[in-house]
Amino acid sequence: MASQDVLREEPSRGSFINDPKIRGIFFQVLVVVLLVAGVWWIAHNVIDNLTRLRIASGFGFLKGRAGFDISESAIAYSSDSTYGRAILVGLLNTVIVAIVGIITATIIGFVIGIGRLSKNWLIRKICTVYVEVFRNIPPLLVIFFWYSGVLAVLPAPRDSINLPFGSFLNQRGFYFPRAVWGDGSWLIFVALLVGIAMAWFVARKARQRQMATGQQFPVFWTSAALIVGLPLLAYALSGFPLSFDYPKQSTFNLTGGFQVRPEFLSLYLALSCYTAAFIAEIVRAGIRGVSAGQTEAAGALGLRSGSILRLVVVPQAMRIVIPPLTSQYLNLTKNSSLAIAIGYPDLTATAGTVLNQTGQAVEGVVIMMVIYLAISLLTSLVMNWFNAKMALVER
Amino acid sequence: MKHIAIGILGAATLGLMASAASAATLDTVKAKGFIQCGVSTGLAGFSAPDDKGDWQGIDADFCRAVAAAVFGDGSRVKFTPLSAKERFTALQSGEIDILSRNTTWTINRDTALGLNFIGVTYYDGQGFMINAKKLPGVNSALQLSGAAVCVQSGTTTELNLADYFKANKMEYNPVVFEKLEEVNAAYDAGRCDVYTTDQSGLYGIRLTLGSPADHVVLPEIISKEPLGPAVRQGDDQWYHIVKWTYFALLQAEELGITKANVDEMKNSASPEIKRVLGQEADTKIGTDLGVSNDWVVNIVKAVGNYGEMFERNVGSGSPLKIARGINALWTKGGLQYAPPIR
Amino acid sequence: MQEHDMSWVRTEMVLAQPAPASVTGLGAWVRKNLIASTGDTILTIVGIALVAMILPQIINWAFINAVWTGPDRTVCATVAQGGIQPDGWTGACWAFVNAKFGQFMLGRYPIEERWRPILVAILFVALLVPMLMPKVPRKGLNAVLLFFVLPIVAFVLLVGGMFGLPHVETSLWGGLLVTLSLSFVGIAVSLPLGIVLALGRRSKMPIIKTLCVVFIETVRGIPLITVLFFASVMLPLFLPEGVSFDKFLRALIGVSLFAAAYMAEVVRGGLQAIPKGQYEGADSLGLGYWQKMYFIVMPQALKLVIPGIVNTFIGMFKDTSLVIIISMFDLLGIVKQNFSDANWATAQTARSGLIFAAFVFWLFCFGMSRYSMYTERRLDTGHKR
Repeated sequence: MASQDVLREEPSRGSFINDPKIRGIFFQVLVVVLLVAGVWWIAHNVIDNLTRLRIASGFGFLKGRAGFDISESAIAYSSDSTYGRAILVGLLNTVIVAIVGIITATIIGFVIGIGRLSKNWLIRKICTVYVEVFRNIPPLLVIFFWYSGVLAVLPAPRDSINLPFGSFLNQRGFYFPRAVWGDGSWLIFVALLVGIAMAWFVARKARQRQMATGQQFPVFWTSAALIVGLPLLAYALSGFPLSFDYPKQSTFNLTGGFQVRPEFLSLYLALSCYTAAFIAEIVRAGIRGVSAGQTEAAGALGLRSGSILRLVVVPQAMRIVIPPLTSQYLNLTKNSSLAIAIGYPDLTATAGTVLNQTGQAVEGVVIMMVIYLAISLLTSLVMNWFNAKMALVER
Repeated sequence: MKHIAIGILGAATLGLMASAASAATLDTVKAKGFIQCGVSTGLAGFSAPDDKGDWQGIDADFCRAVAAAVFGDGSRVKFTPLSAKERFTALQSGEIDILSRNTTWTINRDTALGLNFIGVTYYDGQGFMINAKKLPGVNSALQLSGAAVCVQSGTTTELNLADYFKANKMEYNPVVFEKLEEVNAAYDAGRCDVYTTDQSGLYGIRLTLGSPADHVVLPEIISKEPLGPAVRQGDDQWYHIVKWTYFALLQAEELGITKANVDEMKNSASPEIKRVLGQEADTKIGTDLGVSNDWVVNIVKAVGNYGEMFERNVGSGSPLKIARGINALWTKGGLQYAPPIR
Repeated sequence: MQEHDMSWVRTEMVLAQPAPASVTGLGAWVRKNLIASTGDTILTIVGIALVAMILPQIINWAFINAVWTGPDRTVCATVAQGGIQPDGWTGACWAFVNAKFGQFMLGRYPIEERWRPILVAILFVALLVPMLMPKVPRKGLNAVLLFFVLPIVAFVLLVGGMFGLPHVETSLWGGLLVTLSLSFVGIAVSLPLGIVLALGRRSKMPIIKTLCVVFIETVRGIPLITVLFFASVMLPLFLPEGVSFDKFLRALIGVSLFAAAYMAEVVRGGLQAIPKGQYEGADSLGLGYWQKMYFIVMPQALKLVIPGIVNTFIGMFKDTSLVIIISMFDLLGIVKQNFSDANWATAQTARSGLIFAAFVFWLFCFGMSRYSMYTERRLDTGHKR
């Protein structure tokens, strides 16, 4: 009571209706009440609809036998596997296409972005045309273009285009020889791991030494020798256990070898081309965001142009580039859901099929949403961590 | 700015939101004046828009028959094209009143999806089609090991396919699409060697391909696909109207009542024909069902009897030229059999 | 001064000399821009090779070898494929686009009713063009007409069922009509909604803030397809028995909510860039919350984020193509649907149709981005930070 009296004695606000604090509380309570009412209403409707129509509910269906096949799977899957596993296969396919797409898009994007700042007029224009074309058409259209416009009109398997190294290209995709690892090939992988570990160690030591004494060490060549040389040595020592399985003609398709399906190929190419245009713009903005004084100062210190780029410009540009780059990576991952339009079995497509075979729409959509949210959050976390690492350390 | 949003949303909501009381389907249908019928996005012979955008096919005609029974006017139907994925929720949620979309009747769909299938308007089976020009030696589905197979996702077809190849210990390469048109395009472009769906569908699809003569349908039928219309559970009156519309179509064929002779038949001497056509004195057959007593007359006037509907859409009167086969009446050695209307 | 006849000091300026030939003219331009160094020269050669490889092919295909008119597929197929073109011919089949143009624009809208969408389009252009030209007066009236009157008129005209106009179901709509109406409504709804969400996210009220954050981050974390699935498959189950939305309206809601979340983040960026002093200044003038936002903060914040807003619009315009997934036929959808027309099935059909669709999308998006750059320059009042 006492506090209210104090409130009333405050001169400025007349009635308590105008008190922003009380109004704030009132609005919030109102919103919460509306929200709870809305959720209750929806939940009531859903339950009512499901029971009235006798539609099954719950997530128990995930343990049921899927009964359908999936064309591409990174893990063992057959029609005897469960619905849950089918969704997992879809998730892995999404992750695969997202990762290779992100890598390719980043490479193309950086090349085009730097190209747009080139002193060379022709290169600048070519890069501008690329960016303006791909930024302004829908990604779905790019996917269709690759799928129906380019890959579908390739020759039939019988008249495949022969490419070097026993690879083939036809309308069923891109076939190349698959490596068959023989006995003792584990040694090669071990050697590779050892090589990478040693290279990392050498780089660390060399850096410490340079910091302390100023002496440099040829880190790049040493690392290259370790990472390439050790596995080669192991390959020789274990008696050349590697052989190749070449694709061959059969009644219907090419068999053997490794097949990259046109669905994957067009999705991957489209996502890479499309996202690269946006990354290029980000890179351009980032590099232009580093003031010319920085370059000039670095030049005055006697650094060579390569070193200026590597030690001065890029680290500063990266700070500007990383946050928007993160959202482009997320966009690419989300755009991979367009796979459904051309039949690449990604998360949306497999979860959609499961939804349809079981008829449990609510659960199906919820699973999709939760998984995509989790992927987004995970990517954001990783990129935020990377961003924090790259951020300007102010003293 | 906010007002714009509210204004537009308000206008749009008023105009587009079809609201109906949660009463019986028959009452809501009568109130809005038409039947909302869920059909496929385009399957020749079953439900496909013609050049003028009118829906043609057995499934579309069945909805017209129900409209004729309810309103006495077969044109009071609106069609909603649905993908395989949308069809069940569309019915469950009340967006459509009848799902007449070459849908296979299975126990799971009756029990777990909240549907009620009213009968089998077309007995089908899953088959395979190949391009005989490209694959000259193949004349049996058992030779298809290693083939790339085009199939629509989320269908019983997809499941049967997996079962069949597994049972015969064959490998295959599924190429799966959401929509029938996409499957057609992929098969026509040569993305896959084999097209699998219901055999009737294969005949229809063959017509739309670049060079129909090159393609052959293989003899094997690997599944039972009883296709029929479905309604929501929990509304027995509506279920009965739709079900008996189907039986009336069969009964009319059995009794020889056709679109052409239905008016003469009203004066037939046969008590059975008179009863079916609602010409019996003090008859209550129609009104008990919830429709008018001359409902069968209206149905036959709108779409003809089952045989006429069949021949016109998929049989000899259509480009598909599918034989009646097991879809003949029971009196002619087929499976179509209607309980008596009395 | 005059008596010093012999002067070594110039009394008049020397006329400006033309720049030396080495820095002007074509030669110098080429030297500077194309062959400044060895590396540059190599790049130029690679570039020329690239252009020489691609450009003639594109021109050949799109113009020289293209077929512009024709009744059916035979004009676009080679002899081997059953057509009239010589074997080995490749060229764009614009005849296909030509024949289907009406459908690409309006979908399966009944032919005798087509004057209605065309009239709406004319009205739209007639109102939009003066709106976009800064010199034309009466912006207020124009805005009212464009954002209040036109939607109502367009709604009456397009949907019908009133004033003697026959009702046209939205399932018959298609093509550019769907693309544009989805985008227009999406833009008109998502901007205000986005502003409200952005304000909510920066609000001091914890519950409102949490709700806005959860909504924005959830929507931004999932693909539009999932939102559309949600709208087409799940939404019907959320409503009481017997109540159902038109599919078009469901897609509209999905697209608008999706764009609103992105818009909110763009607007928030603008809000954050407004110095605290502006808020405090408004407070000290005794303005209430909405007055403060409307008169002081928003005009500055929105001006700052025009590029972001337009980018979101462009994104949404492109995203409307996804409604194909829930079997609605926007421009891309209807183009793609026509590939399966046996009358026009040739090897060139898909490519030609897609490039036509790409061109239409590109025109709109490119136009929007250029206009935003122009507005940005025009509104730039020099408060560069």
